[in-house]
Amino acid sequence: MATVLVLIDQPGEGLHKSHRELLTIASGLGGAAVAFLGDLNEAVAQELGARGVRTIYRPSSADVGEFLVAGKAAFLAATVRASSPSAVLLGNSFEAKEIAARAGVQLTSGVITDAVAIGEDFSVTKSVLAGSYAVEAKVITGTPLITVKANTVDVAPAGDGGAPEVVTVDSAMPARAARITGRTAKAASGRPELTEARVIVAGGRGVDGDFTPVEELADALGGAVGASRAATDAGWIEHSAQIGQTGKTVSPQLYISAGISGAIQQKAGMQTAKVIIAVNKDADSPVFEIADFGVVGDLFKVLPQATAEIIKRRS
Amino acid sequence: MEDASQAGLDIVVLVKHVPDAQFDRHISGEDRTTVREESILSELDEYALEAALQIVEAHGGEAAGHRVTAVTMGPPAAASAVKKALQIGAHAGVHLSDEALAGSDAAGTSRALAAVVRHLGAVDLVLTGMASTDGETSLVPAQLAERLDLPQVTFASSLEVQQQDGSWSLTARRDGDVYSETVEATLPAVVSVTDQINEPRYPNFKGIMAAKKKPLTTLSLEDVGVDASEVGLAGAWTRVLTADPRPPRSQGTIISDEGDAGIRIVDFLAAQKLL
Ligand SMILES: Cc1cc2nc3c(=O)[nH]c(=O)nc-3n(C[C@H](O)[C@H](O)[C@H](O)COP(=O)(O)OP(=O)(O)OC[C@H]3O[C@@H](n4cnc5c(N)ncnc54)[C@H](O)[C@@H]3O)c2cc1C
Ligand SMILES: Nc1ncnc2c1ncn2[C@@H]1O[C@H](COP(=O)(O)O)[C@@H](O)[C@H]1O
Repeated sequence: MATVLVLIDQPGEGLHKSHRELLTIASGLGGAAVAFLGDLNEAVAQELGARGVRTIYRPSSADVGEFLVAGKAAFLAATVRASSPSAVLLGNSFEAKEIAARAGVQLTSGVITDAVAIGEDFSVTKSVLAGSYAVEAKVITGTPLITVKANTVDVAPAGDGGAPEVVTVDSAMPARAARITGRTAKAASGRPELTEARVIVAGGRGVDGDFTPVEELADALGGAVGASRAATDAGWIEHSAQIGQTGKTVSPQLYISAGISGAIQQKAGMQTAKVIIAVNKDADSPVFEIADFGVVGDLFKVLPQATAEIIKRRS
Repeated sequence: MEDASQAGLDIVVLVKHVPDAQFDRHISGEDRTTVREESILSELDEYALEAALQIVEAHGGEAAGHRVTAVTMGPPAAASAVKKALQIGAHAGVHLSDEALAGSDAAGTSRALAAVVRHLGAVDLVLTGMASTDGETSLVPAQLAERLDLPQVTFASSLEVQQQDGSWSLTARRDGDVYSETVEATLPAVVSVTDQINEPRYPNFKGIMAAKKKPLTTLSLEDVGVDASEVGLAGAWTRVLTADPRPPRSQGTIISDEGDAGIRIVDFLAAQKLL
């Protein structure tokens, strides 16, 4: 039976939703094995077993992560050589794409990024040119390395498989690599991860320095907070909240855009959302061209009213 | 090859000629490749060029022997991306142009660009944008580092190079979701930069005039020692099977706030079963 190798990089305390999605896709395509980076605690190992993973591959050296990307890529390539999977699935973060990129060169294997669906023959559906085209692409040389966007499948329920076998894989440490010499942790917001969130409320220059109405609506909906580049450049919110061409690409069930004009670079990151709601003072804003429901109005009036109404209906 | 440390920094900036996102962009033809009319120097590569110019300026300028070479790979029209880079301030330009390059994927592009870098000799720093605005894969910089066996420093949001005891090294910041990282490497290295790193300058009249006298070399695959079968459609490791324009999102209901728009949003959410 075909085995699909899933790279799980630094899950921390427990698997993320996006990891479970990758495992669901891999199981559907034959069966999942895991190349694992980071601390493997018992709960994670158990969940992997319950999700049908029979084998977990781990690097023999603990510090592959101290070298920027090169160490992780060498580990992934070595695992592919050792286990000959029919394909490799990774997340769609910048780092995951780069791990795939370098492993691809080492393995003479093609890489496809931004997958939203994978067929039985490992053909990949993705959008290109800022979402204006849907293409089907296929790796024609080597082991397909595919990075998959979050929120593309429903996570299958876990079964009750036993503990997976753990196999150690040796890989050479890169001779010439950049070293990570400092790490500052960012404050956790307590809100869902942007790329995984079902609901995102995003604010732009129109919030004028005050994200409170955006955050309160996001919290009422259990959603994440996003932003335009104008808002992150102004320093009103972390750069990691930026959505668009040079920020995150998201495909939530619901995207509420507030005080954002809807420039092409912003649209590139959010126009595959299922439902888009826009609130903007200016009726001519391009964001209204792609909104399913648009309000021409002041976000400082409209958002708090919506938040209060949601809380009222829930109680 | 000269000794790079004594001759000053040799910086290569990779600039791509891409379709302007301000216009509708299309895919066409049997091979489903991007239509390249109305193309410009990729905006995201302007940040890499600016970073290169700032490094040169911080270390004594051209007079100190530092040099920035803008390199592009693409059809004849792609030369205009290099010309723009020369107008902005690059000192020399290189255009790798060959019919066999058409349809290259990231693997082929990185193979060809790595060959150009090797052909140029003692390069200290290869700077790239964080992604091309048409391909949007961000694969090329990492693959270049792999192929050139150089340290990879990608998505740098700040970058400084220092010289100590005659050898150069760099310090960069990389902002992730969970961490902000400090990264160090010795030169030579491959560095991609984000749009957070600086404010790119515009070409001025003096720059536009000076650019006309700057060297622009056109190279073929043969010049850089790459076989045509390794690049282009023939050498691609991936293939695009179908490409369909997505129907544009249709506009929904647009209302003007008459004091109850917040409630009407919630009604809409309830109707869509999103509450
Ligand atoms: C290379 C490059 C990459 C880029 N990448 C990105 C990216 O990843 N993401 C991104 O978002 N942008 C990106 N941009 C920038 C993009 O082009 C726009 O400049 C940016 O999206 C504008 O942000 P904005 O809509 O918040 O601001 P503006 O365009 O200034 O719009 C603000 C909007 O708020 C409305 N408004 C003001 N007050 C209120 C109020 N009280 N209530 C309701 N509405 C109000 C205004 O009518 C206006 O429409 C990029 C640009 C470049 C060149
Ligand atoms: N054809 C090309 N010519 C010059 N530089 C390129 C080319 N393709 C990619 N690059 C460089 O690689 C970066 C990332 O591109 P990509 O991997 O296609 O997203 C770009 O920002 C450029 O700096």
